[in-house]
Parts: sequence; structure tokens; C-alpha cells
Amino acid sequence: MSEIERADEAHGQGSTALAKSGSGVPERFENPGLPPHRHRMGDVDPQAAKRAERQVAFMLLLSVLGSIGIIVSIIGIEYNGGWDRISTSTRAIGLCMFVSLFMLGVGAVHWAKTLMPDDERIDYRHRQRGTTAEREQAVAILKEGSAEAGLGRRPLIRNTLIGALALFPLPAVFFFRDTGPLPGNSLSVTMWEEGTYLVKDPTGGRIRAADLTYGTVVHVMPEGIDELEEPLNEKAKSAVLLMRLDEDLLTPKSAEWGVDGTVAYSKICTHMGCPVALYEQQTHHLLCPCHQSTFDVTQDCKVIFGPANRPLPQLPIRVDAEGYLQASSGFHEAVGPSFWERG
Amino acid sequence: MTRTLTALSARRRHPLAVVVLIALALVLVGGLYAAVAPRPAEASTATADADDLQAGKELFLANCATCHGLDAQGGEIVDGSGAGPSLIGVGAASVDFQVGTGRMPLQMSSAQAPEVPKIRFSQEQIDQMAAYIASLAPGPAIPGEDVLDMSDVTAQDVSRGAQIFRTNCAMCHNFAGKGGALTGGKYAPDLTGVEGKYIYEAMVTGPQSMPVFPNSTISPEDKTAIIAWLTQEEEFRPEPGGLPLGSLGPVSEGLLAWIAGIGLLVGCSVWLGMKSS
Repeated sequence: MSEIERADEAHGQGSTALAKSGSGVPERFENPGLPPHRHRMGDVDPQAAKRAERQVAFMLLLSVLGSIGIIVSIIGIEYNGGWDRISTSTRAIGLCMFVSLFMLGVGAVHWAKTLMPDDERIDYRHRQRGTTAEREQAVAILKEGSAEAGLGRRPLIRNTLIGALALFPLPAVFFFRDTGPLPGNSLSVTMWEEGTYLVKDPTGGRIRAADLTYGTVVHVMPEGIDELEEPLNEKAKSAVLLMRLDEDLLTPKSAEWGVDGTVAYSKICTHMGCPVALYEQQTHHLLCPCHQSTFDVTQDCKVIFGPANRPLPQLPIRVDAEGYLQASSGFHEAVGPSFWERG
Repeated sequence: MTRTLTALSARRRHPLAVVVLIALALVLVGGLYAAVAPRPAEASTATADADDLQAGKELFLANCATCHGLDAQGGEIVDGSGAGPSLIGVGAASVDFQVGTGRMPLQMSSAQAPEVPKIRFSQEQIDQMAAYIASLAPGPAIPGEDVLDMSDVTAQDVSRGAQIFRTNCAMCHNFAGKGGALTGGKYAPDLTGVEGKYIYEAMVTGPQSMPVFPNSTISPEDKTAIIAWLTQEEEFRPEPGGLPLGSLGPVSEGLLAWIAGIGLLVGCSVWLGMKSS
């Protein structure tokens, strides 16, 4: 017997006779069956079917035009060295891609909805459990296979097989070990050390302490960073923000590590490593643009808002004989976000 | 004119006589006003004379002293009225920036003074006030024509200006100079359409929340390069993406994706689930 039957017979099967109990509430509800099938316009009116067919064809035709449009925009809008052409080209390609793909989809769906058969069919579930004969046969096959393999009789093969499978994934550990050098202490130390001069980012040039007025901010890198083999890796750690404010506002430790109210703090957020550079000159707050962690420079860059949980490390600075700023030591702690060994 | 006059003498009551008389009267009144009214500053960078200082002081006393104190020493909070900071040593550039962009006189006490399009003082009056404030103590001067002249700026300068902008300014003012939010309702303003002079003055004076970028850390040539990049932006850096959405980054892009993109998806899902007629 076919398990799929036309649902037409199922329509309107719901029984109106309900077994009533004494309280007026039925003991159980009868299966109401499917609602009667409603024919679409296209099913009964050949004119409507024809119209739907034309609509689908029109949508697919739009998709064709979109595809041709992509080719035309790529070939037709030539790059003439100006940005305006790139802008036009991007816009034209994007629009044509949208029309090409979207109208293809819309056409297909419209076709399915208006013209393809839409009668409901019932696909009855069958039992998951096999017949008793099938189940016995499966068990017999398993037993036979196990006996033929003879694992129980040949423990040597069994044990070496277990050993071989256990060792097979081990080389992967060594593959991973070779994917790159271990970070070593590169996360904990930066290029800053005693005597490193502070230079302006990105223009370079040492900074004279006397040149800084109150409210001044200078974005700073260690001198010689561009001569390194990997300057970008180092810049991601060594960026420093130099600020000058009234020395009386600073904490004693902070003022001692600075020069006449000029203090240098790591620019790398202790939350996720974004550059903390939004310095509000009047409130002396440093704001991280990524997650709004806020540090108070007057409280040794303590976190006063946001997800960061450690203050920004301060770089101790001093002036040399000519008045230029240099680091009096490296950072006393690792800069940037937490990592495993840092705790 | 002579033809009109002869016509007038030929026919004493020409119908156009009234019109001509009114026009003449208007010209006379306009001419008188132009002669009497304060002239717009022609030599704003000229050294201030004693009259300018006196006029500047009077303007200061009338418009600024309420908050900034009678001697520009900074105000005290009296009867709930706001206190302004001391203006001694802020320099002429600060006055020109704050008053010239309409930020001062402060309209009302809020998180920060907004830029106001309607300027209540003529440039000459602003210069007089600037001269008075500059006479109190040395401070940044109003930039001269040499640093604001963009005619000999090269493409290399613009590129350098963009690089300096990205390191020093972009974190607050946005990578395209469109401005951004700070804490507590404060914000970094949009820099599009701002005059080069005011950008320069903002850098040397550090108005409101903005830190100071003195000429010793960003040289005048570098400042010119930054201004060149900001003011010639349309020519050098239009939108290669085709749809900048105000260059506000994830805010406007996210808004479009969530409303238009997800809206389209929801619309498609509803349409897919609808019964066809």
C-alpha cells in the first residue's frame, strides 16, 4: 500500500460528533482534518496562469539583464586614475549583482507559488523498528564479522592496533609546535628601556619638555622603532601618550615618574588592546574608543568606567642634559590586555 | 542718469519720478549707513592700537565679564550663574576661535558649547576682543595667511597631513573627520566645512575637551598639511565604496544593515509563507 495518498480524501474528515462528558467539555477532540483546498487563480483560469507565466519570465529576464549589467559595469566603466570612477563602478556592480541574484530568486519563488502544483499530500510515518527477522539477521552479521576478524583470539593484533591508533594523532602536536616561534617574553617587554628617547608619531623628532604647554598631548613612539625588522609588532605594544597637566593634579607616584606634570602612559588599552587616545583635556579622562573604558589620569590612570580592569601602565620619563625627554626605565609591567602568563 | 534727469526736467511729473526718488533716497541712506556703520575688518592682523584695545575691553566687559570676571581672571559661581575659566594667556587665537565660530558667548550651560551658525560680532569686534585678551598675557596668535595658504600644497603634503590626522586626531574626530562622541554628552565636532583658520586655532589652543597641539609638537607646515587634507578631502578622497553613509563607520552601516537588510529578509520570509491567490 502506498503511504502517500492524495490529501483530497482527507479534506473535510473532521468529525462533528464529539463524545461529550457530563460537564459539557469533550473528553477528547477529534482530528479536525485539513481545511478544504482552495484553488489558486492560475489553477482555474488559464488567463491567470498565462499572466503568472509572463510575470515569472519577466523576473528571470530582469535577472538576465542584471548579469549582463555586471559584465558591462566591469568592462564599461574604465579606471581613469580618478576615485569617482571607482565609486561609480562599485555602485553599478553592486546594484547589478543584487538585481541578478535577487530577481532569479524572486522569479523561482513566484513560479513555485503561482504555477507549480500546490495540493497538500500526506506522507504517513512508518515504524522505525525493523521486523524481527531483519533484526536477527543484523545481529548474526555482526557476530559473524567479529568471529572472522578474530580479535578475541589474536590479542597481539588487538593491542598493536590500539597502540597504533593512540599514537596516530601525536605528530599533530609537533606540527602545531612548528607553526610559529613561541612568544617568549615578547608580550611582557617592549622596546622602551633606560635612555630611549621619546619621538613624535608619525613625524618623528625628539620632544623637548619645555615645549609642552598645559593640555598638550603628544602621540609618542620609542626612537628607532622604524629601523626594526618588525616595526608594526613593536608599535602595537610601544605606543605611548604624553600629556602635560598641572602637576598638583597628579598622584605623587605619577608626578615622580613624570617631568613637571608631563606624564607618559601606555596607549594600549588593558581590556582588548585598542589605542586609548581620546584625552579630554578638561576632565583629564582618557577614553578608549572601542568599549568606552575610561581612565583617570589624575588617579594614575585608574579605570573609572568600562570593561578594562587594570590601570594603564605608566612609563617613567626624565629629561637629558639638553632638555629632551627620554625613558628613565622600561615599563614596570606588561602593557596591553591580560594574557595567560600575566595572570 | 542724465537721461532720467533730462526726462524729469522735460516732463515735471513723469510717472516714474516717484520710483526714481525712492531709489535715490535708498542709495543715500545706504551710503550714509556704509559711511557711518562699523567697517568690516580689512587689516585684522595689523597691530592693535590703543583704541582697539579700549574697544576690545569694552566689548569684553559688556559680553564676557559676567562669567570670565572683570579682569578676565575667571569667574566665581554666584547665585547659580556659571563660572568661566580665566582668559589670561589663552591668546588671540582662542578668542577668534570661540567667538568666531559662535561657541562664545555661551548660549546656555550644557556639556559643551555648540558651534552656532549665527555670529553676533563682526570680525573687527572679534579682533578687538582678541587684541584685548592677547594684551593681558602672551598666548597663541591668530594664524597668518602664510600657514593658511593652500595654493602650493602638494599631493605629498596632503598624504602626510592624512597620516598625522590618523594618528593625532582620528580617534576623536573619526577617520574621515566626521566627528564622534566623548563622555558625558561631550563630543568631537564634525570637521567638514570648517574654515582652515578655525582648525588651526583649535589645534594651537585646545578648546574645551580638545587637547593642545602646539607648534613645537605639530609644526605649522604639518598643520597646513592637515588642513589641506581636511579641506580638500572631496577632491583627494571621495567614496570608493560607493555608499559612505556619512562615513560614520559601524553606526550608520549597522543601522542600514539592521533596518533595510533585515527588513528585506523579513519581507521575503513573509512573502514566502503567504498563500498565493
